[in-house]
Amino acid sequence: MLHDIWVLMIEKGWLLALLRGAGITLLIGFLGAVIGLATAIPLAILRWRRVPALSQLVDAYSIVVRGVPGLLVIYLLFFGSVDWVQKIASAFGYAESAENAYPLIIGIAAIAAISCAYSIEVIRGALQAVPAGLLEAARSLSLSPRVTFSRVTLPLALRLALGGINNVWQMTIKDTSLVSVVGMQELMRAAAVAAGITRSPLLFYCMAAAMFFGMTVASQVLFNRVEKHFNRGFTRG
Amino acid sequence: MDFSIVTYAVPFLLVGVKTTLLIAFFGVGIGLPFGILMATARMSRRGIVRKCADFYCAVFRGTPMLVQVFVIYYGLAQIGFIRHNTVLWWLIGDSLHAAILAVILNTGAYTAEIFRTALLSLPRGLIEAAQACGMSAWVVFHRVKFPLALRQALPSYSTEVAVIIKESSLASTITVLEITGYAKRLMSETFAIMEIFVITAVFYLAINVVCLTALHAIERRLSFERHAAR
Repeated sequence: MLHDIWVLMIEKGWLLALLRGAGITLLIGFLGAVIGLATAIPLAILRWRRVPALSQLVDAYSIVVRGVPGLLVIYLLFFGSVDWVQKIASAFGYAESAENAYPLIIGIAAIAAISCAYSIEVIRGALQAVPAGLLEAARSLSLSPRVTFSRVTLPLALRLALGGINNVWQMTIKDTSLVSVVGMQELMRAAAVAAGITRSPLLFYCMAAAMFFGMTVASQVLFNRVEKHFNRGFTRG
Repeated sequence: MDFSIVTYAVPFLLVGVKTTLLIAFFGVGIGLPFGILMATARMSRRGIVRKCADFYCAVFRGTPMLVQVFVIYYGLAQIGFIRHNTVLWWLIGDSLHAAILAVILNTGAYTAEIFRTALLSLPRGLIEAAQACGMSAWVVFHRVKFPLALRQALPSYSTEVAVIIKESSLASTITVLEITGYAKRLMSETFAIMEIFVITAVFYLAINVVCLTALHAIERRLSFERHAAR
């Protein structure tokens, strides 16, 4: 039994394939979460400021994406974009490179779109939770609205948002497994391929589960540290 | 938007709605009691029970649902013992049963977390008072702890119900045709990607609204403020 696993993992090289997949999972997850967060901040500010029309649009986006399964969003982006991505790429003479990079780009875009919708809610909640007294204090010091925002509101809100961002990140890294259904070569796909060829799905899916578990546990530990760092000087409760 | 697509897609999606609701029904009906049981197991005085329940929750909350579905449907089918055992094979041999099992196990872990926090937040004095009245552990649980914890947990549990409905879409990866499964088929059949997405999203949002409204009504009914407001 143990010898069989050793042969499969090391001599046949499946462990390396899984680790490579795990690397791609981390890459998609990280880029998706960062892009999602970066786009969520301006969108959340639009909602928080209640900019007419735009804030309703952001609201609609966030409600729809949070209300439907991630799988459906991924299908929309993949099937919906194949056509015009090909057209654009061939118009500029990049048909071949587009074919190679395409799944990765759409995969990251899909993960970012989902992650962004959840991040908007987290950041909007954090912006609203900044005590009004602090903002009034900033105004009484005649700080300009821009300075108030960048020096008072945003730093405070980001500290408040940290817990929520952690949740979104945990969800995002788990959601990356969904892009495997459209053929992206990440951890889940690598495990499926290995399971199909070696006919031992139990072993490979459990390995994939263990790797995902390792990622979520490691990021939890990391986030606890970051949170501790940013919460220094604030008493609990 | 082309209306012939709507009339073509809606009957398929309605069949899918039935399957999605079936999975969600079992997810709530079995997952909720199971989650509460796991929450109490995590607070058990016996170290081994507590550790096992903790491990179960950590694993199912720390891995993607897709992996869980695949391990249950493809992985467990590899074990000869399960294949030859009629009851176990009935549970995971059929893709719909396997999907329901995966949803129950997944939501159980999250529900356990919700109820654990709710049970931990109960005021100690109330429980001590119940014990001082000579109530047995079981009576304390079902007359004092549980009703109070339920009120605490319901708002978070409504979110979990919305998650169950969304997660049930993963059944489509193991050939169960529920809403998302049909949506995918319709998308590759008609190439009307955006239209199908919009129709499907409307279905999901409608299910979510109905469930959340129902849970909100239960929440209001259970809350203390109802009496104060009168």
